[in-house]
Amino acid sequence: MKTKSPITDHASLAEKFNRDESRVDWHDKTLWFVREKRDRAARQLPEWEQLRERASQIKSDVLSHLHEYLLEFEKNARSNGVFVHWAETPEEHNAIVQKIIADQGVDSIVKSKSMLTEECHLNEYLESKGITVVDTDLGERIVQLAGEPPSHIVLPCIHWKKEEIGELFHKHLGTPKGNADPIFLTEAARHHLREKFMASRVAITGVNFAVAETGEIVVCTNEGNADLGVQLADVHIACMGIEKVIPKRKDLGVFLRLLARSATGQPVTTYSSHFQKPRAGQQMHIVLVDNGRSERLASDDFRNALKCIRCGACFNTCPVYRRSGGHSYHTAVAGPIGSILAPGLDMKAYGDLPFASTLCGSCSNVCPVKIDIHDQLYKWRQVITESGYASWQKTKGMHVMSDTLSSPSRYNRAGKLMRWLLRNFPIVVNNRLNPWFRQRELPEAPEESFREWYTKHRKA
Amino acid sequence: MSSRERILSRVKANQPGSHTESEKKINVTNDFDVVAMFRETLVSIGGSVVEITHESEIIDKLSTLLPARAVTNVLNPNDGHKKAGRPHDLQNTDVAILRAEFGVAENGAIWITDSTMIDRALPFICLHLVLVIRKSEIVPTMHEAYEKIAGARYEFGTFIAGPSKTADIEQSLVLGAHGAKTMTCVIVSA
Repeated sequence: MKTKSPITDHASLAEKFNRDESRVDWHDKTLWFVREKRDRAARQLPEWEQLRERASQIKSDVLSHLHEYLLEFEKNARSNGVFVHWAETPEEHNAIVQKIIADQGVDSIVKSKSMLTEECHLNEYLESKGITVVDTDLGERIVQLAGEPPSHIVLPCIHWKKEEIGELFHKHLGTPKGNADPIFLTEAARHHLREKFMASRVAITGVNFAVAETGEIVVCTNEGNADLGVQLADVHIACMGIEKVIPKRKDLGVFLRLLARSATGQPVTTYSSHFQKPRAGQQMHIVLVDNGRSERLASDDFRNALKCIRCGACFNTCPVYRRSGGHSYHTAVAGPIGSILAPGLDMKAYGDLPFASTLCGSCSNVCPVKIDIHDQLYKWRQVITESGYASWQKTKGMHVMSDTLSSPSRYNRAGKLMRWLLRNFPIVVNNRLNPWFRQRELPEAPEESFREWYTKHRKA
Repeated sequence: MSSRERILSRVKANQPGSHTESEKKINVTNDFDVVAMFRETLVSIGGSVVEITHESEIIDKLSTLLPARAVTNVLNPNDGHKKAGRPHDLQNTDVAILRAEFGVAENGAIWITDSTMIDRALPFICLHLVLVIRKSEIVPTMHEAYEKIAGARYEFGTFIAGPSKTADIEQSLVLGAHGAKTMTCVIVSA
């Protein structure tokens, strides 16, 4: 059973993660290693920037004509013999999926990676209805056995060390105690999950791309878990957000060149499977989920977040994510992209996330569909503060700052006072009550400001 | 109103005005030796490449390539009609040798559809996967690949690039996650 971390803010969860310094360093380095692999893969293609531009353009076209593309996709999928369902909310999505499973009369299913089902908390819902869900992606299975949500959309157990996974497998799969060899543990998981694949009559997958022109869906994995699940099952349920539709099959050429290179630095995922029609005797269902996406479409400032293809590049490059861990974001999609998606769903619960950034812009630079992530982080901060969802310290601080910066005389007086205080009584600001100083050291304060220096020397 | 109608009407009302940017052309780099690039890329992602002149050499070549114990119930594409039964019956297949459609040089991916899979589960459930393509069927990039299949009428098709793999445990690459543990591409030049 997955446990949701109790809602609390990014800063305090990050502080918890930061207590183990060597672990933070390890986490930071592991993700930077993935970021470097992405860079090497991107640099091998001279047309990389053109691909990003084209991908962004295709997605702009999708968002401008989403209504037409959704209708085209639905029509073509139906003529392929696929059942198409629509869900406005996570609750409706979960109920649709449960009904399909109940109609098969089974109480255990397999599921490959799907961020949408994480967003909808499908596992918890199905478990509450007595249905066992087996996550078949190795990383997802590891966190599932540990009772945790994934901490990264592409690398779900990136925060786990192999010794801990060895211990977990010893407890749940009966592997020998103390064996932490990745090859051995992967083999153990292969046998454990092969049994589940063989026994499961229903398989759930996510959707990477849905092609309007043909009604087919494309699912990308390295492990082959989506394919094994679907090909051995009587019923395939594919769950997707409505923004996953793309116009034409040939557009996949652009997206598949970008996706794996951006995610892990691989030239392509091992399997890029195109499901167009179910095999004879098999049922295929596609559940299209809105959950706030249609509302988001109306916002000029925040619409572009819907272009996301879930590669995770912005996670790996983010200096805050690398040092605070995925669980500090307390939402299914963490990292910079999660920080601009989540407040759209619930500003009160996720109003802290746009502040979990240095606004360095690295996320926007690596994004394969050119989402202006750091600009949106900045804009969310304003919306959240104006709506009264920022923490009171932040709001108060901003008011003082704004009063000071809007008056030259107040600014000069405050500068003088602060320099004097910092030189003589640093304890006034550098104390336990000021959270800014918890992880920072104070620079030496100069005797005079640049303005004072300039005025003096200009006269002389 | 149904959920479908409510979602669609909101999307219609909220989608921004027509996107008018003209489609920018991508200057695709594809002037390289496609066979050499394909071979190099596929090997770099854990696959193997065997080049032969005639298809008849396949079995001979593979007996040296695969461990002897594995060559137990090879499904030859020449007698490869679907055997009646469930896909689960293929569980103990050690080697599957399947005709595929073409390869992609930039990423080592090979396109195969249900028409030559014998069973859709086979490329994923077998222990060792061998895909056979012709030398003349290797394209430079995914753009040319999708030009080839733009109007194709498959029911299920997949690009397979190397053996099944995972790096979920501390980023250590392990070949053979759930699918085939080895993947060999046989390139036939004649």
